Amino acid sequence: MASIWQYANPRKFIQTTDRVLPWIAGAALVALIVGLVWGFFFTPEDYRQGSTVKIIYLHVPSALMAINGWIMMLAASLIWIVRRHHVSALAARAAAPVGATMTVIALVTGAIWGQPMWGTWWAWDPRLTSFLILFLFYLGYMALWAAIENDDTAADLTSVLCLVGSVFAVLSRYAVNFWNQGLHQGASLSLDKEENVADVFYFPLLLCIAGFVLLFIALVFLRTQTEIRARRMRALLVRERLG
Amino acid sequence: MMPDLGKYAEAVLSSYAISIALLAVLVIASVVRARRVKRDLESTEKRGRNHAD
Repeated sequence: MASIWQYANPRKFIQTTDRVLPWIAGAALVALIVGLVWGFFFTPEDYRQGSTVKIIYLHVPSALMAINGWIMMLAASLIWIVRRHHVSALAARAAAPVGATMTVIALVTGAIWGQPMWGTWWAWDPRLTSFLILFLFYLGYMALWAAIENDDTAADLTSVLCLVGSVFAVLSRYAVNFWNQGLHQGASLSLDKEENVADVFYFPLLLCIAGFVLLFIALVFLRTQTEIRARRMRALLVRERLG
Repeated sequence: MMPDLGKYAEAVLSSYAISIALLAVLVIASVVRARRVKRDLESTEKRGRNHAD
């Protein structure tokens, strides 16, 4: 059986992701279009939230990917720290702008939903606050990569930052359970059927989540390929200047 | 075809507009940079080969 570490080879990674990328991107597009159209046009209003319930199809999947994007970066950073595979460090770098965008979508849609439902755009609620800090960590992570010229040093330092930021990624997910206070409600989706949203909202929401997950994977593959090529180009340019 | 969103129409429509716009910018920026870097790398490699010859 082939080892997963073969994908640490940049050439092998690009060859493999080149083959699967069109399929993943196509599946993401289909899932997003069907899920969003289903949710927007063909689901009823909620008896308490009215039509604002339709914001769930953007807010929940983006919030999920904001947190899981950081967890993916954590895994890639740990692989870099332990095994020193450049592709994993570059994959973490590639995922950061995608995760940051997901965080912005979650924060903005949450604020827009909160204004009519809670009577305020923002509250210093445990989940909202930890989410805002997670967004600041995303910005800091990207700024650190951009600020350091040496790729290996940048990978080392951003990996440490990623480890620290993981505390807030976990807090963003479990803040409601930890403190049991604030405005934000508990999870909209759970393995416990009793806690889930009603079926009429549940299935389009699942499709939207699948769409966001696939879009995240497709973008991370594409952006990792770009980072690999950019790194090789920097190395060639240095060689050119020297010789 | 358009569902009646009632008094929350502005909130719902702005959520969709902002989210779709952000996703579109992210996808377009990723694709444009991917193509540019790929093209630049190819020309750098070609230059390197010509130089070696």
